[in-house]
Amino acid sequence: MALDRWIAFFVLLAFVIYGYTAFFTMDALLPPIMQRNPIWPSSFPKILSVGGMLTALIVLVGFEKSPNPDALDINYRRLTEYKLGQAVALLVLMAVYALVLRPVGFLAATFLFLSIGSLILGERRYLVIAIVSAAATAGIWYLVNVVLGIFLQPLPAIF
Amino acid sequence: MLEGLLIGLSTTLSFKNLAMVVGGCLIGTFIGMVPGLGPMSIIAIMIPIAVTIGDPSAALILLAGVYYGAIFGGSTSSILINAPGVASTVATSFDGYPLTRQGKAGKALTIAAISSFSGGTIGAILLLAFAPALATVALLFHSSEYFALMVVGLSAIAAFAGTGQVFKALLMTFLGLAMGTVGEGVLFNMPRFTAGILDLQGGFGFITLALAMFALPEAIYLILDPNRSRQADGSSNSEVKELRITKSEARAIAPVIGRQSIQGFLIGVLPGAGATIASFLGYAVERNLAGKEEQEKFGKGSIKGLSAPETANNAACTGSFVPLLTLGIPGSGTTAILLGALIALNVSPGPRLMVDNPQIFWAVIMSMYLGNLVLLILNLPLIPYIAKVLAVPRNFLIPFILFFTLMGTYIGQNNATELLILVGFGVAATIFRFADYPMAPLLIGFILGPLLENNFSRAMQLYDGAGFIWERPMTLALLVLAALLVLLPSYRSRRAQIRARGVADAD
Repeated sequence: MALDRWIAFFVLLAFVIYGYTAFFTMDALLPPIMQRNPIWPSSFPKILSVGGMLTALIVLVGFEKSPNPDALDINYRRLTEYKLGQAVALLVLMAVYALVLRPVGFLAATFLFLSIGSLILGERRYLVIAIVSAAATAGIWYLVNVVLGIFLQPLPAIF
Repeated sequence: MLEGLLIGLSTTLSFKNLAMVVGGCLIGTFIGMVPGLGPMSIIAIMIPIAVTIGDPSAALILLAGVYYGAIFGGSTSSILINAPGVASTVATSFDGYPLTRQGKAGKALTIAAISSFSGGTIGAILLLAFAPALATVALLFHSSEYFALMVVGLSAIAAFAGTGQVFKALLMTFLGLAMGTVGEGVLFNMPRFTAGILDLQGGFGFITLALAMFALPEAIYLILDPNRSRQADGSSNSEVKELRITKSEARAIAPVIGRQSIQGFLIGVLPGAGATIASFLGYAVERNLAGKEEQEKFGKGSIKGLSAPETANNAACTGSFVPLLTLGIPGSGTTAILLGALIALNVSPGPRLMVDNPQIFWAVIMSMYLGNLVLLILNLPLIPYIAKVLAVPRNFLIPFILFFTLMGTYIGQNNATELLILVGFGVAATIFRFADYPMAPLLIGFILGPLLENNFSRAMQLYDGAGFIWERPMTLALLVLAALLVLLPSYRSRRAQIRARGVADAD
C-alpha cells in the first residue's frame, strides 16, 4: 500500500477516536440547561468526524491515484539514499533544545544548538563555527531582549 | 473613497510605518532568496515580531512588505541560480535562468522588477476598486451566509488542489478543522479534546502549527537533499551587471504586463488558486499569444516569458487580499497566516473592517503601492549585495533556519512544550509531504475552524435548528456550489483515470 493510503488509514483512526469522543463522551458532561440549546459543544465535532471519516475512507480505498514516488521531490521509498541521519540528528537536537532551554538558559543553549547543528552537517572549521555561533547568539539575544522587549532567560535558571 | 485613501496615506507615511514597509521588503527579499523558504514560512517566522509591535496597521504593513519581498527574492534566486525559492517563481526560472546564462542577469532582474512592480501596482488599483464594493455587499450577509461562504472557500481550496488531490486536500481541511476544535472554544465554556493536558487548554498555537506545516518540512527537505539548495551548474555567471533595458524591449513587455496584471489579479481573488497557478497560466497564455518566432524563444531566454509570470504572481498576491480584507476568508496559505496574525492582534477582518478600522484597511492598500515602489527603487540596486546570501554555506544556513522556527514558536508562547509540539508536528507534516498531501488546506481549516463553528452555531441558534439551510436561499445556493466544487473535478478525474486505464494498463 502506498504511503498516501497509509496516512489516510492513520487519519481515519484519528477521526474514529475523535468521533467516539464527540458522540459518546462529551454530551454526558453537558449541564441540563445547555441541553435545550439547538447546538451543543459536540455538534460541530460530530459533523467533522463523519466528514473526516468518509473522506479518509475515499482516499484509503484508492479512489484517487497515488502519486508516483519517482516524480516527487523526495522519493520516500529510497529515503536512506538521502541524508536521513543528519535530518534525524538535527530533529533530536531541536527536541533537546526545547528541553534544556529553561534550565541551561538561552545563551548557552543557543550557542550549543548552532554549533552542534553545523557539526552534524559536516562542518569542521571549529573556529569559524565558534565565532559564527557566538556572534549570532549574542546578536539574537540583544535583538529579542532589547529591541523587541521580550524577556529571554539568558543564564541557567539557578542564577 | 478619497477620504479613505487619505487616511491610508497618512497612516502609511508616518515614519514608523514607512520603516515597516522598507524593513519588511528587505527582510522578505533576503529570506525569500534562500531556496526552500517560501513566503508562508517567512511570514510565520515574522508573526511573533509583528504581534509584539502591537499596532495592527504597522504589523500588517510589515507582513505585507515581507510577502512582496519574499516573492521578489524568490524570483531573484530563480533567475540567478535556477533555484526558485518560492513555488510561484518556478515559471520565472524558465526564461530567467537562460537569460543569466547568456550574461544578461542584470537585464533579467530589471525586467522582473519592473513586471513585479507593474503587476503589484495595477493589482492594488483593482483591489481599490473591488474591495469596497464587495465589502458593501458582504455587509448584508448573515451568519448563515458566512457559514456557507466559508464552506465554499474551503471546498474551492480543495477543488483547486489539482488532479488526484481533491480528496486529499479535503481530508487535510477536515483535519485542520478538527484540530481547531481542540481547547476551550469561544462559544462554549468547556475544554474539548484536551485529554486532560493542561497545555492544550488554549488549543494548538497557530504560529506553532504554521511553522510546523511549512518552515520545518522545507528545512528537513533541505537537509535530506543537499542538491535542493544548489541546483545551478554555473554560479560564476550570475554576476549582475547592466541593469538597463532598451526601449524596444520595454515596448515588447508592455502589453504582456497589461494583460497579466488583470488575469493574475482575477486568479488571485479566487480562493485556492493563488500566485503559483497565476504564474504558470500567465506563462502559458503569453506563449500562445506570442508570434511564431517569439514562441521559439520561450524557454530559451524570452523577455516576454520572463515578464508574464512575474507580473501575474505579484498581481495575484494583491488579488488574494480581496477575500481576506472583505470577507475575512483567506484564499491561500499565506493569507490564512495573515488572518491568524490579524486575529492575534485583536482585529477581525471581514466587511466590518472597513467600517470599524478604516485606517487598517486603507493603510494596507496604500502600503502595497509603497511596497512595490520600495522593491523597485531600493531592492534592485541592492540585488548584487543581497544575492550574497546565496553564497552562505548550507552547514551554517540550515541550523539558523531550524533555530528561527524554534524562536518563532517560543517568542509567541513562551512555552517550551510548544517547541516539542513543533518538532512532532513538523515530522508528521514532512511525512504527509512525502506522500504529496497539500498542507495549506490544513492550516486554512485550522484558522477558519473556530470562525466557521461560531457562524454555524449562531445560525443554528437563530433558526432553532438546521432550518436556515433551506429557509435562506442564498445559503442553500452557496452550499450546493460548495458540493459541486468538490464533486465535479473528482468525478472528471475519475473518468479520465478509467479512460486512461482502458488505453494502457502498463502502470
